[in-house]
Amino acid sequence: MYDSDKIIPGLIIFVGLMTFPIWSSIGKAEPKPEPKIDTPAINQMVKKQCVEDTHFMKTSHMQMINDWRDKVLRDGERYYTNSRGEKVMMSLQNTCMKCHSNKDKFCDTCHTYTDVKPYCWDCHIQPKGIKQ
Amino acid sequence: MAMTFSFFAVIAIVVVALIGALSGLHFVFGVILPYAAFAIFLVGFVNKVLNWASSPVPFRIPTTAGQQKTLPWISDSKLDNPTTTIGVIGRMVLEILFFRSLFRNTSTELRSGNLVHGPAKWLWLFALIFHWSFLLIALRHLRLFVEPVPFLIQGIESIDGMLQVGSPPIYISDLLIIAGVTFLFMRRVILPRIKYISLAADFFPLFLIFAIAATGILMRFVFRVDIVGIKTLLVSLANFSPVVPDGIGVIFFIHVALVSALMAYFPFSKLMHMGGVFLSPTRNMANNSRAVRHINPWNYPVKFHHYDEYEDHFRDVMKDAGLPLEKE
Repeated sequence: MYDSDKIIPGLIIFVGLMTFPIWSSIGKAEPKPEPKIDTPAINQMVKKQCVEDTHFMKTSHMQMINDWRDKVLRDGERYYTNSRGEKVMMSLQNTCMKCHSNKDKFCDTCHTYTDVKPYCWDCHIQPKGIKQ
Repeated sequence: MAMTFSFFAVIAIVVVALIGALSGLHFVFGVILPYAAFAIFLVGFVNKVLNWASSPVPFRIPTTAGQQKTLPWISDSKLDNPTTTIGVIGRMVLEILFFRSLFRNTSTELRSGNLVHGPAKWLWLFALIFHWSFLLIALRHLRLFVEPVPFLIQGIESIDGMLQVGSPPIYISDLLIIAGVTFLFMRRVILPRIKYISLAADFFPLFLIFAIAATGILMRFVFRVDIVGIKTLLVSLANFSPVVPDGIGVIFFIHVALVSALMAYFPFSKLMHMGGVFLSPTRNMANNSRAVRHINPWNYPVKFHHYDEYEDHFRDVMKDAGLPLEKE
């Protein structure tokens, strides 16, 4: 083998970079986010359900909220009819946050876990007692 | 033919993954396949480089793309014709990060009867766009493998999504990689002489990377998936304690199958230029053959027989024959 003084360190660096997720996780517990839904408003509900079903909310809430913003601010529509035929007011603070008042235990758990930084709170006032 | 074959090869991967995911083989497509592909990638890559390293480079063959170092009052081109290790490192950095060789690309055309040489930068520009966005996308994906997400990755993420168009926001690198891969494909289709020399091995990686980018974008904007479930799976893969959560969308398994195909194909394909660029003898050698003696590593030891020894050997015979001698 030729130039092993350069090629071997190069290969070690390559393998080190490629396996970064493996060795950087050694000795760390695997924290799986568990968003809490035990707010006073949710606890009072007889049937605990969101505006749409859980799977849809989990995967697509960001698209829905973005859509709501456009409808309210650009088209002046204030009500959303969901798949159950109910009319819901399209409002982050008055609809979403009425039940999910625990931003730090609900929104932030998954958003921090997947490094998502929504810019909701650039305009909206976030619930009190939570540091940005 | 080459194009059709490559196209249907990629379609076949998609179909196999689709059928597999729909029939519930989530462990196969979510755990076994990526593990196997990653192992092939790492072992194959290292093996290939070691194989290259076993071949000697007989001569100093750097491309002399500028004035060589000569008399002190003639300024030499330190990056395009380096004579020192620092110069070589500078040249390699420009080559690897900014594709300097490609930047120097020229085209020769016949214009109204005259042969005209001119610069040709489009390939350089789109190659740069393609490779850099590929790198950024790969780095960005670390947010789904590592917990907590490293600061640098968070920075890349926010710069890449800074347009803040829609929710989830569009990434600039997503748009750029599609532009890049489309250009690299179109030049192989539109330019007759490039089309003539294009093989399945050229089209297949392009289609594969296009399919990876397309499924990724579809997964982000159209067929939404449970991203927390995906991160749980990927972190568990990195910890070697694989768990496949329920309710991850089918498109995720298609995306993973395509990426696995790319990783497994990588060491056996032209994509090895990722490692090969570091081992290019025309770029990584100092042009110092006027200052330093280089010996071909495969030279065998030659038995010399100097005249002194020759004379010692035959002195008596030569003396008898009356031949002139250097030493009596």
